[in-house]
Amino acid sequence: MKDAAAPSLAFTLNGQPVSFDADPRRRLSDLLRESGASRGTKVGCDAGDCGACTVLVDGAPVCACLTACGQVEGAEVLTVEGLAEAGRLSRLQSAFLRHGAAQCGICTPGMLVAASALLADVPRPSEAQAQAALGGVLCRCTGYRKIIAAVCDAWREDVADPAPEPGAAVGARLRRLDGPDKVTGAERFGADDWPESALLLKAVRSPHPHARFRFGDLAEFASRPGVAVVLTAADVPGRNRFGVIPPFADQPALAESPARFRGEAVALVGFEPGADPDLTGFPISWEALPDLSDPVAAQAEDAPLLHHDRPGNRMIRGYTRRGDARAALADSAFSVEGCFETPFIEHAYIEPEAGSAWLDGDTLVIRACTQAPVMDRDDCALVLGLPPERVRILPTGVGGGFGSKLDLSVQPLLGLAVLKTGRPVRMVYSRRESLQASTKRHPSRITARIGCDAEGHVTAMQFHGIFDTGAYASWGPTVANRVPVHASGPYRTPNIEVEAWAVHTNGPVAGAFRGFGVPQAAIAQELLYDRLADAAGLDRLEFRLRNAFRDGDTTGSGQVLAATGIHDCLSALREPWTKALADAARANAADGGAALRGVGVASCWYGCGNTALPNPSTIRVGLTAAGELVLHQGATDIGQGANTVITQICADALGLPVSDFRRIGPDTARTPDAGKTSASRQTYVTGRAAAAAGAALRREVLRLANAGDGARLRLEDGALIVEDGAVRRIELAALPEDARGYALSAEESYDPPTQPLDADGQGVPYAVYGYGAQMVELEVDPALGKVRLLNIVAAHDLGRAINPLLAEGQIEGGIAQGIGLAMMEEYRPGRTENLHDYLIPTIGDVPPVRSILIEKPDPEGPFGARGLGEHVLIPTAPAILNAIRHASGAELTRLPALPHRVLAALRRAGK
Amino acid sequence: MLDFSRPTALPEALALLAEHRPLILAGGTDLFPATERAGLSGRVLSIDRIAGLCGITETDAGLRIGAATPWAEIARHPGPPGWAALAEAAVEVGGRQIQSRGTIGGNLCNASPAADGVPPLLALEAEVELASAQATRRLPLAEFLTGPRRTALQPGELMTAIHLPADALRDRSRFLKLGARSHLVISIAMVAVRVRVGAGRIAEAALAVGACGPVAARLPEVEAALIGASPAEAPDRIDPATVAAALAPLDDIRATAAYRGDAAAVLLRRALADLPDEGTT
Repeated sequence: MKDAAAPSLAFTLNGQPVSFDADPRRRLSDLLRESGASRGTKVGCDAGDCGACTVLVDGAPVCACLTACGQVEGAEVLTVEGLAEAGRLSRLQSAFLRHGAAQCGICTPGMLVAASALLADVPRPSEAQAQAALGGVLCRCTGYRKIIAAVCDAWREDVADPAPEPGAAVGARLRRLDGPDKVTGAERFGADDWPESALLLKAVRSPHPHARFRFGDLAEFASRPGVAVVLTAADVPGRNRFGVIPPFADQPALAESPARFRGEAVALVGFEPGADPDLTGFPISWEALPDLSDPVAAQAEDAPLLHHDRPGNRMIRGYTRRGDARAALADSAFSVEGCFETPFIEHAYIEPEAGSAWLDGDTLVIRACTQAPVMDRDDCALVLGLPPERVRILPTGVGGGFGSKLDLSVQPLLGLAVLKTGRPVRMVYSRRESLQASTKRHPSRITARIGCDAEGHVTAMQFHGIFDTGAYASWGPTVANRVPVHASGPYRTPNIEVEAWAVHTNGPVAGAFRGFGVPQAAIAQELLYDRLADAAGLDRLEFRLRNAFRDGDTTGSGQVLAATGIHDCLSALREPWTKALADAARANAADGGAALRGVGVASCWYGCGNTALPNPSTIRVGLTAAGELVLHQGATDIGQGANTVITQICADALGLPVSDFRRIGPDTARTPDAGKTSASRQTYVTGRAAAAAGAALRREVLRLANAGDGARLRLEDGALIVEDGAVRRIELAALPEDARGYALSAEESYDPPTQPLDADGQGVPYAVYGYGAQMVELEVDPALGKVRLLNIVAAHDLGRAINPLLAEGQIEGGIAQGIGLAMMEEYRPGRTENLHDYLIPTIGDVPPVRSILIEKPDPEGPFGARGLGEHVLIPTAPAILNAIRHASGAELTRLPALPHRVLAALRRAGK
Repeated sequence: MLDFSRPTALPEALALLAEHRPLILAGGTDLFPATERAGLSGRVLSIDRIAGLCGITETDAGLRIGAATPWAEIARHPGPPGWAALAEAAVEVGGRQIQSRGTIGGNLCNASPAADGVPPLLALEAEVELASAQATRRLPLAEFLTGPRRTALQPGELMTAIHLPADALRDRSRFLKLGARSHLVISIAMVAVRVRVGAGRIAEAALAVGACGPVAARLPEVEAALIGASPAEAPDRIDPATVAAALAPLDDIRATAAYRGDAAAVLLRRALADLPDEGTT
């Protein structure tokens, strides 16, 4: 919005008088951010739905996005930048770090500012007061419990924990190393930095799920004042098809007619800085075409094809067969069958896709939020017709990813505009664009049968799943391949046949979302397990224990397992389970039916890393001549904690303290490829590379010092001191610079040892699995069908908890997303394109969570560690649905379990 | 006028309104979400600084709430028993951030079928005060709300206050909201009830239901069935069929129409069963 001839506006910002020539009708958030006065104030929705932009105006929390600048004339405005006093973190900010209340950090400024208003009134708030005060700020990472804990504990003076001794970083509850910037507002996300004079890009998007389009007079539009450039598919210099899985690459950066889904970008307009980015009157005419929205109908013979080389709109089939499931089911003492349906689920990170780009000499630099910098580089290079070495990806802070920021979004558009104009550019998706154009969790329709013998041993499973992969491939092949491996759950299933199809429709592109289809499959399997346990007359937890994988068992893929932790996880639930069942029985007997209390359990297992495909990571670590220890850490930290965990691992392998490390990257020009942040692979795969690099550097140091394995290292005034009985001093400045520019350095790679799957899905798809089981206690309101969660206990085998504080954060956050999946989330194009119609859990929707960390070392993992990030989401939804059934008899087969669906299911159950 | 005016006196605001028909901005919590642009367009009249438009005052006839009073102030105000339903609704309007800025008058003028403020105000027999440069008039709220997103506000008029009668404010009241999550949620259904008890019997009852039709509605037939009942008997006098017949809910992403009818009856029963004892505030 133009500020030309704007009147002067004066107010107090964080205690300092400020004045701006600003249009008084402008959003306060826009003024604060564009002027640079407060880029810690985040924008997640521009609609008051997320609270990320919370600031205090005269002490009251408001959404800066809903506040006209002119209405703060003369007021006192406080932003996150004003919370620290004299450069020292406030107690509230320290409490956020101490409790692990900030993960990605995008909601943190809003949470902190909203909490500061509460604490000004109530210095020691109760949990309920904290929840009421923060109900207006959404967080997608943490599950809120640690935020509540931090706010309630913020009265306390912060005392730093003693730093772990060298070699004892692994296992320590370290505060995240990148945390301070997240609580001061200094962290820079995709939308927070841009070069001076950058053009602002806006995409023209299809209003229809399927439509032909024709452009009018683009040159006329391009000549309008403020418009710098108009770009279409015709301007794409390289291959106008990208995709995370190269053989399936099919998605254009800018579509040629027809558009295949609602929200698909068809043109790009670059606006001069300060111009009103108004697309009104953009010359395009649309002709809506019939669209396919149903993945079953899409397979009909006469259905039009989205992609001519994919007959029946079937993109891929994943398949696993072992034994004879049909015959075994026929012979089973008990068998159950069910059909289950889940909708599109939106990642709903609070940071919409954003970035900027410019030319640095010959090199195109793209700075954006991403989970996969090297994949971004290679795919952008293809689309833009550049060699990969001429593209540099600089990942920003990532305000939540959960799988969707593995795919390209703004990156090729930014790059295209830079190449065409030679000027720096920036782009920020609106919340509506983010919802329309980003990938989703695959909707699923699953039919499954499971049988067991008279003693409750599972005999067989048949599973048929249709996964709606939307208009383009994205990670559909991964979903189709992961589901058959995992469909049995972590249970012995000697006879199994699983088929999973990814089918195209004109829906939004379905891609990666925490679990790649496994959460949907687990719903079918775990719900059927409850019915089967009932049929066999067994306690539901005992039934699972009876079938849980043990070391030496063979999976449906024919893989013989070692170090299986599921039995330990389920066993850890025995005590809380018994108590919860008794509590539920007592409550139901006493209550007279006003609320029906129930308990549910479900498990997970999840293979870490790519499915039977290479996915190496490389880590570099070096000592400079000046005695600085530098870690080239290319694993993007999307809030899960890679920056901290990878450093902890490397530190212990090397034998120097975490505090000695300086991190570089991720940056494709400076960090070796640590792969993508997905598939729960960073702690395991990049962790192994970090352990190897740390150990290699240590070996080199010990060799130079001629010291034994047990020697102690420390850095002192540019020298490395090696103590091994004798004290040796290595003057780093005296060493010749190595090829990497260091006095001493090491670079190591690791790739999980897997074996390809054959036509029956037999092989070794993963080298490491993680396991977990969760138990949910809840109440069902029998008159309204409303479900209230009371308590969750989560036992997860993570091999070795590198950082228990961060691990708990993963568990709580995954549970919150599982709650959303079970109870409220459903993305419908055209209908839920904002964060008040698309509901995600708020701070009042996540009950207390007790995490039980099981540490059964994995021989392949670094220090025994396994991945955890996706595992934690998988059991939550089925455990909730099983608890609803236990409480009320209601069998939900279609998600989400909104009150009207629960009530209908209750009535079907005759309750 | 300038593109943005923020007068402090009502006559000035009404004169600007009469001459220029600007967009009326109070808290902005409905205007800004309606655009993706960086700011509002056209001429904007900010009414957040007008004397007499903010605040709650006692009058001879009851209470006067300035139309630009934010929900946070309503939630904080220690009102009589009849006020309870409105205060309970106030803390359900978005989160604290929305309550700090969103105003009661804006909630009514926006006229969403799911506006949290409407059922309690209907139950309290609220009247709205509408002023223009020429005249000031009052309308019962039910007449002001003419349809979804439609009101009786005339061009050049500004809502200046909401008036609550003293009699209704002395009654017991309760507000209940049902949504799919615990904060920041658009209602599936919501109810406000107000009951006057004399000699142990219900002498007057006001029941209002929101989010179950194009506008929130009172339920006269259901109210009539409560007259003469003891407070304890009241919940059982709610006949779901009569409730459902009085509503016109829609199927949408949040619930089915049939469910809404059922839920409204359940919520009415619960609100009646959970009325505070008389005299408490």
